[in-house]
Amino acid sequence: MFGPWSSVRTSLQHLSSVVWLLVDTMREMVDRVVRGRLPFRLSIFFEQTDRTGVDSVGLVSLVSFFIGLTMALLTGYQLQTFGQEQMVPGLVAISFTRELGPLMTGIMVAARIGAAYTAELGTMVVSEEVEAIEAMGLGPLRFLVGPRILAVFLLLPCLVVVSNFTAMGGAALISRWAFDIPLRRFLDAALESMLIRDIVAGTVKSFLFGLIIGLVACYKGLSVRGGAAGVGAATTSSVVTAITIVIAFDTLSNIVLVALFDT
Amino acid sequence: MNESPKTSVEMRDVCLAFDEKEVLTGVSLTVPTLSRLVVLGQSGSGKSTLLRLILGLLKPTRGEITFNGLKVTRMGRLRLNRMRRKIGMVYQYSALISSLSVRDNLALPLEELTTKSREEIDHLVDEKLKLVGMADARDKMPAELSGGMRKRIGLARGIIMDPELILYDEPTAGLDPVISAVIDELIISLSEKIGATSIIVTHEMGSAFKVATHMAMLYKGKIIASDSPEAFKASTDPVVAQFIAGDTQGPILNATPS
Repeated sequence: MFGPWSSVRTSLQHLSSVVWLLVDTMREMVDRVVRGRLPFRLSIFFEQTDRTGVDSVGLVSLVSFFIGLTMALLTGYQLQTFGQEQMVPGLVAISFTRELGPLMTGIMVAARIGAAYTAELGTMVVSEEVEAIEAMGLGPLRFLVGPRILAVFLLLPCLVVVSNFTAMGGAALISRWAFDIPLRRFLDAALESMLIRDIVAGTVKSFLFGLIIGLVACYKGLSVRGGAAGVGAATTSSVVTAITIVIAFDTLSNIVLVALFDT
Repeated sequence: MNESPKTSVEMRDVCLAFDEKEVLTGVSLTVPTLSRLVVLGQSGSGKSTLLRLILGLLKPTRGEITFNGLKVTRMGRLRLNRMRRKIGMVYQYSALISSLSVRDNLALPLEELTTKSREEIDHLVDEKLKLVGMADARDKMPAELSGGMRKRIGLARGIIMDPELILYDEPTAGLDPVISAVIDELIISLSEKIGATSIIVTHEMGSAFKVATHMAMLYKGKIIASDSPEAFKASTDPVVAQFIAGDTQGPILNATPS
């Protein structure tokens, strides 16, 4: 069967598999907790949080710093024509807390961590390690998937905070140099323009993006077929799918927010 | 404790198809408790698939499988996990967790599924490693070991939980004759020492007759013969006879080399 319907059907099949992956992982973890055991090994969880969070700080800071800087510079030059360059701090602050922070961090983490998760789990599938874990009755979902999804779910919002601050840093630096806005005034203007609603929206999106990236990466990794080539294809597909879904969800949440709050 | 049932594993009319391809077309098999059943069959005939079905890693399209009287085919994920603790699986390519040392590979099920202390776990790991003659490899990583060594570690991991049933997937394939003989003897001594039922999937006739107390032959998706090793040797069934003798002439594989 070809045509649009077949691709819609395939997408829906993948979607339901991803949802079941989450449900089964939760069930395996809850079953462990009910039996008075930890849902997964803490050492694996901390290893993943270290990789996902701490090791990503450098990349996220660097990219966000330059995006913040470029954004301030370009919008500043345009606004300068109307003598409105004092709007730069608010513009950067709102864009990053509500939109660019979660989005850029999501894309970076999908590329960096999502790819790593998929390749790692995919290689384990190919070498029958995942099956062996399942055959021993250890529950591969709670053992392998649980700590990874939780790590990216909890750490992505933290990285978004880093992204927001470094972007503001970049913007403040260039504003000081190019538009003569002192640091103090930049900070005051940025704080004044930010709304709690923007911060909440950004935070909710960050958690959601973390969940999406973790789920897609683990799902793609566990469904690898066909050796090394399969791992490569799944890794590419994982990054592309995660980024696409993150952007799609971002657009959707913006539409919902605008519809709800009219801003 | 209840006395263990007389039948360890029973398969009734089990069928399995991957997409369009039918792998098993009605397998019926009874594995008595404490026996060592060798399942013979050509490469790709679905022998390993049988083991995966018993573990509940695959679901049959039709038919029923029981382990100790419990229906594997009707179990959910959580019940399957609990059942699998009583079964040890030894993989053809060992399937050791490459990121963990030999000690941690063996300790993994004990740490995750029991409440044993670290000392008890270390003791058990050492005991099983000694049993397979690999006590020196304790702190090595799987990548540092040869194929035969990895297989023996895989065997030690398979029996670490003192399972009631041990499944061996091609335990001697690709190994030199001496290591093969060592593994064959291990299979026999393990089944006797820990009192476990064994199902061994192989197409190596020498080791098959050495370890088997029962034999079954899988051909074209069905069990075509199930009997004692002696009866197998004397079998007049053309497929069984050809397979055991390793003849090129016969019903298996129409195309003979010219």
